[in-house]
Amino acid sequence: MSLTDTRATAAEPVALDAEDLRRLRLQRFDKIGKWLLPLAVLILTIIGWDRLVVWNDIPHYILPGPGLVWTTLVTDWAMLFEALLVTLQITMMALAVAVIGGVGLAVLFTQSRLVEMSFYPYAVILQVTPIVAIAPLIFIYVDSRTAGLLMCAWLVAFFPVLSNTTLGLNSADHNLRDLFRIYGATRWQTLRYLRLPSALPYFLGGLRIAGGLALIGAVVAEYVAGTGGIGSGLAFRILEAGYRLNIPRMFAALLLIAVTGVVIFAGLSFLSHMLLRKWHESAIKRET
Amino acid sequence: MSRPERPPLGQRPPVLEMIGVDKTFNGDVVALNAMSLTVNQGDFISLLGPSGCGKSTALRLIAGLSLPSRGKIAWAGGQGENDLGVVFQEPTLMPWATVSENVWLPFRLRGQPYAAVKDDVLEALKLVGLEKFQNAYPRELSGGMKMRVSIARAMVTKPRLILMDEPFAALDEITRFRLNNDLLKLKEAIGCTVIFVTHSVFESVFLSDRIVVMAARPGRVIREVIVPAPYPRDEEFRTSADYAALCREASAALHEAMGEHA
Repeated sequence: MSLTDTRATAAEPVALDAEDLRRLRLQRFDKIGKWLLPLAVLILTIIGWDRLVVWNDIPHYILPGPGLVWTTLVTDWAMLFEALLVTLQITMMALAVAVIGGVGLAVLFTQSRLVEMSFYPYAVILQVTPIVAIAPLIFIYVDSRTAGLLMCAWLVAFFPVLSNTTLGLNSADHNLRDLFRIYGATRWQTLRYLRLPSALPYFLGGLRIAGGLALIGAVVAEYVAGTGGIGSGLAFRILEAGYRLNIPRMFAALLLIAVTGVVIFAGLSFLSHMLLRKWHESAIKRET
Repeated sequence: MSRPERPPLGQRPPVLEMIGVDKTFNGDVVALNAMSLTVNQGDFISLLGPSGCGKSTALRLIAGLSLPSRGKIAWAGGQGENDLGVVFQEPTLMPWATVSENVWLPFRLRGQPYAAVKDDVLEALKLVGLEKFQNAYPRELSGGMKMRVSIARAMVTKPRLILMDEPFAALDEITRFRLNNDLLKLKEAIGCTVIFVTHSVFESVFLSDRIVVMAARPGRVIREVIVPAPYPRDEEFRTSADYAALCREASAALHEAMGEHA
């Protein structure tokens, strides 16, 4: 490189130095690796699983290979999908009731110390008592199977919404609260314009947890309820397949449940991102 | 420029009067002892003192956020809906609301829809030089700009009294000087009455026409320094001999305040 060339490059916008290049390389790696690495693990696991079954001649009623699970998923799709819809319906309804109940209780708690002091310990007790232990009782006293399932799923899902929203409602900026007082804001105005918006990020965090828990609650409740026939959810299909030693179907149903859980989580994360992207730290990309 | 005698401060009608106000916490910690202060219309009063001298306590009492243990605080003509605007040390904006929504807040809490007060909101934003940022979110603004929004919010309703609690303490000096200049321009433009808490001698002399020097343990007023320099004040005033002399005077009063308990 001649002397003039060097001058020319020096006059250009500052070239990337070694550190910049390293950072860029790392960023590119992060971007691709985030998708590629889990995918590689998945593929390797499936291949390993398949080889394990084939090389050891494991019978399908002990461990079916991934191919068989997939075929079963396709052939049993009609029945499994119907069961999925049932489970999904219970999950969504439970989540909806958990949101209404959790947010409602949280607002009530923050509006009245009396109510909070009286009932908060019981909300905790409900939460820490394992649902599997309460569910049989619920099915004794509640006639409607759907109502029973819903109640179980709700019991599991509502607490994160309640505790997170309560935390959020109480974490409104102190100076802003003073400002609202100085301006003579009513209780309702403070709730509507200050506490609820402050609580939104916390609520959404609770909601993401509650989404997964609602599914778990629905599945556990189905195991306990155990009634078969038409209108049964995925959990019952797993139980039923287990009794019949139809292990491939168990795997297929399990796969569906796992995918459902992931989809619920991703959906709620997306919702959270959309609601917070304009102002909340959690949804903002660092600009450096 | 010769220093004139006391300006006609006495001719201004009173806005608020603190009479022998005490504030104690838990019955034994004396935060404020026998504070008396008359705030007149158009006054720019600085409360200057070391930490623990009760200047913020005094502000909270005036704001009605806490009640005096003894003595009273009386508004001329009684309390009304539009008595106060407040600027805190932090910008204290709602991060989920745009700049104009933040400035709208005092009106909104009085039940006034945005359309009805839009002109006032935009006017206030224009006065602080942020009319172009009305739809921005606070996180998109610099520290100084956030503080301007906070000031716009405090004055948008043209309240009888604006309280400022060390609003520029967290800003860098260049931004601070600019905001000091702009605050004075604003004050000229809308003729507001301000109580400004600070621990900077220079800031208090530049901004105010009355400096109330306070001492700590117990918090009390020890001296009032009058700054007779006329408004508008600008960079020229900041470098004048008068300014230096006044800073010395205020500084001496502050040392007296700090020396007493040393």
